[in-house]
Amino acid sequence: MGEAVEHPALKYFRKERLPHVWCAGCGTGQIFHYTVKAIEELGLDPDRVVWVSGIGCSGRIGAYWIGDNMHTLHGRPLAFATGIKLARPELKVIVHGGDGDLASIGGNHLIHAARRNVGLTVICVNNFNYGMTGGQVSPTTPLGSVTTTTPFGNEEPPFDLCDLVASAGATYVSRWTTFHARPAINSIKKALQRDGFSFIEIVSQCVTTYGRRNRMGDGPQMMRAFQRMSVTKEQAARMSEEELRDKIVVGEFVDRQRPEFSAMKRELMKMARGG
Amino acid sequence: MSQSQTLKGIDYLQGNEALVEGAIAAGCKFFAGYPITPSNEISERMSWRLPQVGGIFVQGEDELASIAMVIGASWGGLKAMTATSGPGFSLMQEGIGYACMTETPCVIVDIQRCAPGQGIATKGQQGDMMQARWGTHGDHEVIALAPASVQEMFDLAVEAFNLSESYRVPCLIMAEEIVAHMRDKVRLRDPSELRLKERRRPDIPPGKKIDFHQLDDEAGIPPMPRFGDGYRIAVSAFSRNRMGYPITDRDLHGKLLRRLSNKILNNIDAIARFETSFLDDAEVVVVSYGTPARSAKSAVKAAREEGIKAGYVRLITVWPFHHEKLRALCGGAKEVITVEMNLGQIFGEVERAVARNAHTSLVSSPGVEPPTPWEILSKIREVA
Ligand SMILES: Cc1ncc(C[n+]2csc(CCOP(=O)(O)OP(=O)(O)O)c2C)c(N)n1
Ligand code: SF4
Ligand SMILES: [Mg+2]
Repeated sequence: MGEAVEHPALKYFRKERLPHVWCAGCGTGQIFHYTVKAIEELGLDPDRVVWVSGIGCSGRIGAYWIGDNMHTLHGRPLAFATGIKLARPELKVIVHGGDGDLASIGGNHLIHAARRNVGLTVICVNNFNYGMTGGQVSPTTPLGSVTTTTPFGNEEPPFDLCDLVASAGATYVSRWTTFHARPAINSIKKALQRDGFSFIEIVSQCVTTYGRRNRMGDGPQMMRAFQRMSVTKEQAARMSEEELRDKIVVGEFVDRQRPEFSAMKRELMKMARGG
Repeated sequence: MSQSQTLKGIDYLQGNEALVEGAIAAGCKFFAGYPITPSNEISERMSWRLPQVGGIFVQGEDELASIAMVIGASWGGLKAMTATSGPGFSLMQEGIGYACMTETPCVIVDIQRCAPGQGIATKGQQGDMMQARWGTHGDHEVIALAPASVQEMFDLAVEAFNLSESYRVPCLIMAEEIVAHMRDKVRLRDPSELRLKERRRPDIPPGKKIDFHQLDDEAGIPPMPRFGDGYRIAVSAFSRNRMGYPITDRDLHGKLLRRLSNKILNNIDAIARFETSFLDDAEVVVVSYGTPARSAKSAVKAAREEGIKAGYVRLITVWPFHHEKLRALCGGAKEVITVEMNLGQIFGEVERAVARNAHTSLVSSPGVEPPTPWEILSKIREVA
């Protein structure tokens, strides 16, 4: 007793990089933890898992991963990851990106990677704003929320990212919040066992910019708010649009099979070589 | 075609097609690109040739995706290439900078067309030469080659991969519409005679912490591991220390910046190639690159027939620009004429190289067609 116990995620973290960049109470580190927990529970070899990330607070997740990782360009992690997956189809490729990264500047890559069904596990850290650049509005900022570029409250309707990628063809889609640790880990595990394009949106607390401007309190208070705001998709099915306005619909939305992109490219090779 | 690998022998091809065959002979196994005239024949041929040789073709959703996929595939261990034209080349600039900073081997082909804007999509120009040099943000060096014939579309594609692999730098092929659509006899060289270069891989087994990012050698080129081989590499375009981790320190940033530049500049003699003729006693030297060099050569020959001591220099490598070597080649000439298909982009570099020793002038065309041999000849007569 009394001995310092190392955080279980640190085994997978480049310790020489501590301290990390995230604010105290931020949800981004939790999402790092959920991801490595899924990898650990599945017994995956870290040397066969590449983490790719975009630019933003969430974009730093991949760079702390103990294994191979690639910190790419703002908006482009899915395109970089597609190149990696096609070159090395036997590897697990995980992509972390923010709501700005994946849904705004990288929105085109999001729908096309889903359409192609590229075998990637994509984790979107949805903190409702651009954390890294000081808290500007993003395509997932709820209507009415205050950000540094919506001082009067956001007048743009937000995206439902799960709906978007599901329509585009993703084969596994779910949404959780940082409050839902176990379901989120289970979802990441499921996604890692699927061949195709998997998308997990995790609503995350940005305490420093979004949370502060919208008076949501500290990290734990924001997580409790996520708990209160969450409804399952079954509950949501019985609610009106008005009732759903301030809610976060959580659960698994899609789990289906379609041919995976890198496997199709291999098939094509056989065909072209007359095999 | 059966289990064909690389095509061999003599063929009659279009420039863009020859370029694809050169890339494949060099070992290109990945191509991603977005349709744009006048580069389309490259994607189209890649889409059937690559699968035949065990490679992968992707039509990207845009140029931003295409260059990103190419860089990702390169870290996955494949020789990778993209092709585009002016508007798409502009979109790729951020990715090209990423490749410079992360020292990612890759080949980018720009089949230049009349610009700016949409310009004239079906006509050639050499209007992107300065964008090739300075298009992406920040201090950096790239290598840029300028093919002047269908044969060179093949040969320089091979060379581009060799240079890119050797120096871990993006290599640009700055062709334009005319040479891209020209048809000619091409010798598809056998890979066995090509002396292909491969990026240096780590020579120690994975597991140790290795220095993949900074070397004490100020012009060194670090070995490049491949994802998935256990080296646990962190790739990022942040300015970085030895481990590849972000830094904000002036000395470390300076060290990185200088190494990235010096690995090219210290090897400029090996990288920068020229074609020359009639230089020995030349009093008027004509400097050109790419398609306009064809006119320049005819003009110089015609001038010689008239008894004018004219000489010919063609830049095969445009970037890095070898000012010193060009100055030496122009030697005792009192007049140096630059010929190009733009309003004078490389002219400035030629001036920097020779203006102390010679009077300089420019024969240019705005694109569509190169300056004609007659235009160049009359300039030679005028200054001789
Ligand atoms: C091309 C480009 N444009 C803009 C930026 C500046 N930038 C850095 S991070 C960021 C937004 C990050 O927001 P998000 O993706 O939601 O990530 P978060 O920080 O919220 O996790 C922006 C706009 C950039 N790095 N590159
Ligand atoms: S700014 Fe927001 S998202 Fe970024 S580290 Fe701080 S709390 Fe997290
Ligand atoms: Mg965000």
